[in-house]
Amino acid sequence: MEESSGMKKRGNRSASISSLLPKCPTGIQGLDEITGGGLPRGRPTLVCGGAGCGKTLLAAEFLVRGVTLFDEPGVLMAFEETEAELKANVTSLGFDLAGLVRRKKIVIDHVHIEPGEFHESGEYDLEGLFVRLNHAIDSVGAKRVVLDTLEALFAGLRNEAILRAELRRLFRWLKVKGVTVVITAERGREQLTRNGLEEYVSDCVILLDHRVNEQIATRHLRVVKYRGALHGTNEFPFLIGAEGLSVLPITSLALNHQVSNERIATGIPKLDAMLGGQGFFRGSSILLTGTPGTGKTIIAANFAQAACRRGERVLFFSFEESPNQIMRNMHSIGLRLGPLVNSGLLRFHSARPSLYGLEMHLTTIFKEITEFQPAVVIMDPITSLMDAGTASEGKGMVTRLIDYLKAGQVTSLFTSLTQGGHALQQSEAAMSSLMDSWLLLQDFEGNGERNRVLYVLKARGMAHSNQIREFLISDRGVDLVDAYIGLSGVLTGSARAAQTAREKAEALAGQQEAARRKRELERTRMALERQISGLRSEHEAGAEELRQIDEQVGTQTRLLTTERTELGRLRQADVSVAAGKRNGFRNGRGH
Amino acid sequence: MKSKIPRRSPSRSRRQPPKLWQLRLYVMDQTPKSVAAFSNLKKICESHLKGRYRITVIDLLKQPQLAKGDQILATPTVVRWLPNPVRTIIGNLSDTEHVLVGLDLRAAD
Repeated sequence: MEESSGMKKRGNRSASISSLLPKCPTGIQGLDEITGGGLPRGRPTLVCGGAGCGKTLLAAEFLVRGVTLFDEPGVLMAFEETEAELKANVTSLGFDLAGLVRRKKIVIDHVHIEPGEFHESGEYDLEGLFVRLNHAIDSVGAKRVVLDTLEALFAGLRNEAILRAELRRLFRWLKVKGVTVVITAERGREQLTRNGLEEYVSDCVILLDHRVNEQIATRHLRVVKYRGALHGTNEFPFLIGAEGLSVLPITSLALNHQVSNERIATGIPKLDAMLGGQGFFRGSSILLTGTPGTGKTIIAANFAQAACRRGERVLFFSFEESPNQIMRNMHSIGLRLGPLVNSGLLRFHSARPSLYGLEMHLTTIFKEITEFQPAVVIMDPITSLMDAGTASEGKGMVTRLIDYLKAGQVTSLFTSLTQGGHALQQSEAAMSSLMDSWLLLQDFEGNGERNRVLYVLKARGMAHSNQIREFLISDRGVDLVDAYIGLSGVLTGSARAAQTAREKAEALAGQQEAARRKRELERTRMALERQISGLRSEHEAGAEELRQIDEQVGTQTRLLTTERTELGRLRQADVSVAAGKRNGFRNGRGH
Repeated sequence: MKSKIPRRSPSRSRRQPPKLWQLRLYVMDQTPKSVAAFSNLKKICESHLKGRYRITVIDLLKQPQLAKGDQILATPTVVRWLPNPVRTIIGNLSDTEHVLVGLDLRAAD
């Protein structure tokens, strides 16, 4: 018989737990954002939840991503599923677990426990489990360990006192070992886990939930506890898709998308003009709100066509109409989408929103986008898709979608159906905060007709028109016309035409009136001028008379002088004397 | 625990039936529990299976890889390898009644 004499302790006891709290990124989409970088490194994390909520898949992805993204080998200790079952199950998520096991990156150890299989006699410990775990960890140099449904032990072992003591010892040992551990556990009725495992795992607890709301099943994830770290405390919807888990953080922690200054045309020149003359920014998100029949799909189709003409790929998600229906309808206004589809630039994806839950829709959308790599994505209408979940889930989905699209510089246009009236719905206001541009399409009723109008409610980062425009749809396409805004309000359609005619008539009348007044004034002026010339001639006549009088006076004086001289000559008197006297006096003075 | 555990029972019976009981005792190191388990098992075998048993002691400290293959969880563990079916008893085997039930030895005697 063999004799055991070695007293050597198990090796690899590295007791280096940093005082800081280093994180171990899971590589699971969204989970690292919520937890601020991942699970606590070198510590155990408890993942609990009911049956079928994705505990094992989360744990398996943690291991697989650990190898593929971070080059950290892992150990999967499965208490419920066998190695073959596990490999098969995660293949559906696109994980090559079998390959990783072959390449000695992951070790799977299935611990077989049958309830009542063990006969117990006296004291024991779980060194067997420790040995297996230690051997597995050391054989691949594992940094990550998953204990899938550790609680199965409670079914197999009757002595709970020993079991609890051993579990406590196990977690202590794992911490010393320095591996990051994920322990899955069934959700209990009163407590987080059925057997109170949360008692031993106090560093991080994640709760998974799978519940049905209005016939639609959605998975939720919540970080219940994360010692020593900030974390999102909300419930986050998550989905299990073809590429693993994807947690949808409603409040995305990182807003650091690349932005483009490039502008792209909308396909409607006058709409471009309203948007600073150049259209939308590339990679921006655009919301198009409108009541039924206001031309949302038409604007979307124009946008799609414009993008295709630039040689860009467009992915058109339609949740109400089939591709053929859209193509036929657009053909009626002169938009030929068929050739674009044939050329491979335009792809339609139509699905009824009620076909499956929101998470499945999102998965499909992501998959389509990844495959087709479009430059423009159109969702027509996003509201009917959002109806597939609750309001907050819908918003979360749109956020996630926009984040995803913006990260890839994909321009997105969402149409949104409002129930009519002027008040915007609450959900819409909530959604609009995620959007860069928001166009509003509305009906104006009056004069026994309905007319479409369009506003630009917001356009981040660009000058845009604050004017209302009438939106005309004809068999030649769409056009925007300035709506008439007068004292009586906004006039559209025939009212606008009538108003224009009335204005024309008024203008004509005005012109005539002006001409009349002009003529009258002219006449008055001429009359005045005539008066002026009359006065002037009178004035001149006066002056003439004055001159004649002067002349008369001059003549009389001259005559008088002449007469006097003549008189003197005739008298022949002392003219010379008189003259000489006068001269002598002068001369005398001179002497 | 004695320093030397005999591979076979010293008083091997030449009589019928030659149906040999193969028992494996998995222990982790030479702990008091391991020692107690071995001596308890030996005692029970001597009184119920004299000459018809073989005990193999496997120290998982030396052969950790065997723990996985033989689905060992707890130590000490006794596995009745033969006769079929495989039966497993865990503990230091201090409760003889439970060991007898576990090994299905009640019927044997």
